[in-house]
Amino acid sequence: MAISSEQRAVDRVDAYLARSRTKAGWHVPDWAITTVSLVAVLGIWQAAGPWIDPLFASYPSAILAAGERMAASGQLSKALWSSMQPFLAGYLLAAVVGVPAGLLLGRYRVVRAALGIYVTAGYSTPLIALVPLLMIWFGLGFMVKMVIIFLLTFFPICINTWAGVRAVPKSLVEVGTAFCASQSTIMNEIVLPAVLPYIMAGLRLGIGKAVIAMVIAEFLTAITGLGGTIIKAANSFRTADMLVPIIVIMVLAVVLTHIVTLIERWVAPWQSEIAGDDGA
Amino acid sequence: MSDATASVRFENVSKTFDVSVGGSVQAMRALDDVSFSVGQGEIVALAGPSGCGKTTALRILMGLETATSGSVVVGDKPVHGCGHDRGMVFQHAELLPWKTAIENIKFALAAKGLTKVDQDRTAGRYLDLVGLARARDRRPYQLSGGMKQRVGIARALAIDPDVLLMDEPFGALDSQTREALQMEVLSIHERTKKTVIFVTHDIDEAVLLADRIVVMCAGRIREIIPVAIERPRRDIRAIRTSHEFVTKRTVIWEALHDAGSLTATAIA
Repeated sequence: MAISSEQRAVDRVDAYLARSRTKAGWHVPDWAITTVSLVAVLGIWQAAGPWIDPLFASYPSAILAAGERMAASGQLSKALWSSMQPFLAGYLLAAVVGVPAGLLLGRYRVVRAALGIYVTAGYSTPLIALVPLLMIWFGLGFMVKMVIIFLLTFFPICINTWAGVRAVPKSLVEVGTAFCASQSTIMNEIVLPAVLPYIMAGLRLGIGKAVIAMVIAEFLTAITGLGGTIIKAANSFRTADMLVPIIVIMVLAVVLTHIVTLIERWVAPWQSEIAGDDGA
Repeated sequence: MSDATASVRFENVSKTFDVSVGGSVQAMRALDDVSFSVGQGEIVALAGPSGCGKTTALRILMGLETATSGSVVVGDKPVHGCGHDRGMVFQHAELLPWKTAIENIKFALAAKGLTKVDQDRTAGRYLDLVGLARARDRRPYQLSGGMKQRVGIARALAIDPDVLLMDEPFGALDSQTREALQMEVLSIHERTKKTVIFVTHDIDEAVLLADRIVVMCAGRIREIIPVAIERPRRDIRAIRTSHEFVTKRTVIWEALHDAGSLTATAIA
């Protein structure tokens, strides 16, 4: 009897989930709405093209033409490759150092008391102001760019992980304690999964910071890569050429953010399910 | 209750918390010289107004808190921290959101040291026992409140403890679900004869399930009230309308009422 009543409950939950999935009413998928929006905006922009002074701005077909020219000459891929090296090195280093640092800060009182103040200070300081000093230390090449990207990316990743450890529900840790789970089991099966969404949020945030750091580094140190292409085009008033690398950087950031989101869905599938269910 | 058959004994247990109030640290006495024992296979309810120490007593018994003085004995062993002789059902189920129903049960079994094969078999059996075989691969967010608490009960029972502890287990559920789960607990008790100690503020629940009700007030035991309703308790309608149920309901209501007004005057 109990089983059949529970089966009814299972069916009720199924029905509820099925209903909430189709609640929206009309069935145009999200990507179609986004496409229509993009086409409309680009269309209006293009239509306004003839009235735009090419010095002050550009329009889609002109930017596309400039992009094709720069891609054909190999200029674009060379700049992209030159930018990606310090970007990936700085970002990955920030992730590899920042996540464990955040875990230690959140988990151990002594680490927090000894080092927490520097992380908070570093997060609050406009680190870009240190660039002149960093150039004296590391020169103008790959190294200084990597360091700038690392510095600007490390702190958000570290602080997010730290906040995540503090937000682990005490009640779930108690479940581990009550069932006599070992400290390492509690860390691996309760604390880490609970922190994972915060780590991934930090890594997503870090991509935005790293992209900014990359462009600024290329503006202020040796003028190379995509940032350098922007500066050179701007200095000779070629607005369409200037917008091409900006769009490349934008696409790059969007793609990388999407990759992090995909990784999150893969390592923490419950998270998007919970959020998707509640947020609808 | 003679000590020879006792499954759980509280011996002069006191617990003091340091609470910081407006900058100064004050000692708050949560439990004050509490002694009682629970017999093998008995169901005992801890009832009382909020802040009376009933949850603290249960947490000390589980080993999640330590007593400031006195001791708690389970079987013949004094409690020091956790132990597989006690299984805990938490107030809000507290299932791990990243694990499926069966994995949540296996988590407890793995902590007890069962092999993978035994974990699978045992977890499946207890999921069956609470009627959730079909929901084994669901994560907690895909379960209703009642189903989550069923998994919580299965997790606590699966480690085959001597004593089942429940901290206001059905407080957050709607009344129909709560009643279904109360009947479930009675039927599981009938089959397994486990000792059960649970905290509740629901008078009906206390009388329906328990053999004795420990009414607490301001950290002390105010009264221990026996309930003489025969087991097995299967016919809920007959129980609810029985003379004993109605009488004991009133007695406990009065005891709680006095306890409540005492707490109020103590604070004033």
